[in-house]
Amino acid sequence: MIHFDRVSKIYNGGAAALQDISLSIKPNEFVSIVGHSGAGKTTLLKMLLAEDKPTKGSVFFESTDVHSLEKHLLNQYRRRIGTVFQDFRLLPNKTTYENIAFAMEAAGRLDDEIESDVPHVLELVDLSDKIWNFPDELSGGEKQRVAIARAIVNQPDVVIADEPTGNLDPINTFEVVQILKKINDLGTTVLLTTHNKGVIDSLGRRVITLDNGKVVRDDKSGRYVL
Amino acid sequence: MFWINAKRIIKSGFVSFWRNGFVSLASVLVMTLTLFVIGSLLFIGAIFDASLTQLKDKVDVNVYFVTTAPEGDIFSLKTALEGLPEVSEVTYTSREEALIKFRKRHENDQLTLQALEELDENPLGASLSVKARETSQYESIATFLQGGEYLAGGTTPIVDKINFFQNKVAIDKLTQIINSSEQFGLVITVFLVLASVLITFNTIRLAIYTAREEISVMRLVGASNQYIRGPFVFEGIIYGIVSAVITLVVFYPITFWLGPTTETFFGEINIFTYYTENFGQVFAIIVGLGVVLGALSSWLAVKRYLKV
Repeated sequence: MIHFDRVSKIYNGGAAALQDISLSIKPNEFVSIVGHSGAGKTTLLKMLLAEDKPTKGSVFFESTDVHSLEKHLLNQYRRRIGTVFQDFRLLPNKTTYENIAFAMEAAGRLDDEIESDVPHVLELVDLSDKIWNFPDELSGGEKQRVAIARAIVNQPDVVIADEPTGNLDPINTFEVVQILKKINDLGTTVLLTTHNKGVIDSLGRRVITLDNGKVVRDDKSGRYVL
Repeated sequence: MFWINAKRIIKSGFVSFWRNGFVSLASVLVMTLTLFVIGSLLFIGAIFDASLTQLKDKVDVNVYFVTTAPEGDIFSLKTALEGLPEVSEVTYTSREEALIKFRKRHENDQLTLQALEELDENPLGASLSVKARETSQYESIATFLQGGEYLAGGTTPIVDKINFFQNKVAIDKLTQIINSSEQFGLVITVFLVLASVLITFNTIRLAIYTAREEISVMRLVGASNQYIRGPFVFEGIIYGIVSAVITLVVFYPITFWLGPTTETFFGEINIFTYYTENFGQVFAIIVGLGVVLGALSSWLAVKRYLKV
């Protein structure tokens, strides 16, 4: 489903963030990417989201090269991927409801779909009581659950979670990981980057280890080894 | 889909205008100032035009004829003058009219009137008052009069004198003042408009700068560029309309208060009457500029953050 073909990324200063990365991810996999800070985890995800172009190599989603997409096709492509970040990235001037509705509006969904889907997805992340609150009025864990709800509301093929638990305490971390597992069980491919050894060890799924921009391990049912 | 998107963009623009209250207030205030400057320039321009026209109107060249000049010759000269492209108007004053005017002007001056009574016949000649379209054209009219046979040639000269040559310095000076003040006015206008437009543009850019994170999030959830830009541009339009309305409202008492002053000072033009009579035009200019300025500033400001 996702295929990195000999991807290298060299930033302007000459530092190589990614070196000759090749890997494939199958549909409905739950893949964790681990590595030290600066190992290239976030760069790898940026390549997939076409936020940044690789210096060499190409990234395929199904059979399309994502870096050759036209602008309007790129927007359509991004709607097939849900993203969750360490810093939540909610729209501060919109309520929980509006934040999630915005992703649906951007995807061109109809008003009655939005009205029925948003409460439903908030139920899934257990936030029905915070539907009219602004991000400022939510805790870190709640914000992250809103972000996850936003990421999955358009039923994407892939959910990318870039260190989603980085700012959370252990209980919220556990909850977020449970939600991600639930999403994966419902048939969505999940890509998770994390520093958290406990999360990786409890998951028991595929683990890709990056170091200095290279894949150093790729274990079917891995543990956090660094 | 187009209508759904338009509805969502407009709604989101209003909501954002309201929720970012302070930023909106600041932008509206700066834009109000800009529109106020532009509006004031409009009024100053009108006053300036009116007083210049009035001033130009006061300038003329008078051709005085000898008392024996036959009326037929004077009228043929009048026709010849009217045929000149530079001339806008020629007024004939007959000898009798000149006498009446003279008496009127000197009605408190018994000595002069008595001296006039002593004379058997009217000592005043007829005259033509010539108005040019532009003050700079008096010279060529004078040259025409001087060059023709009317002044020196012919059997007996009928023209006594042309007062252009006495007024030449004053007329030249006035022409100069009019030209340079028009140029100066244009430079000042361009400068002020440019400065205030840049200030507005910068304010809106700062307002949108605070939203750059949001824009990147919108891109990541797959919103199209138009869909991201729409609410910002619409918000800019709201800034424009609100500022324009404030400006127009503020102008009402100001012109009302300044009206009588402008009338006594510049004559003829009353700024309040000008405002109320040309309200449609002023409204269109101020609101149009506000909307264009708001929309364009927002459009350009968002553009920076839309590059992938």
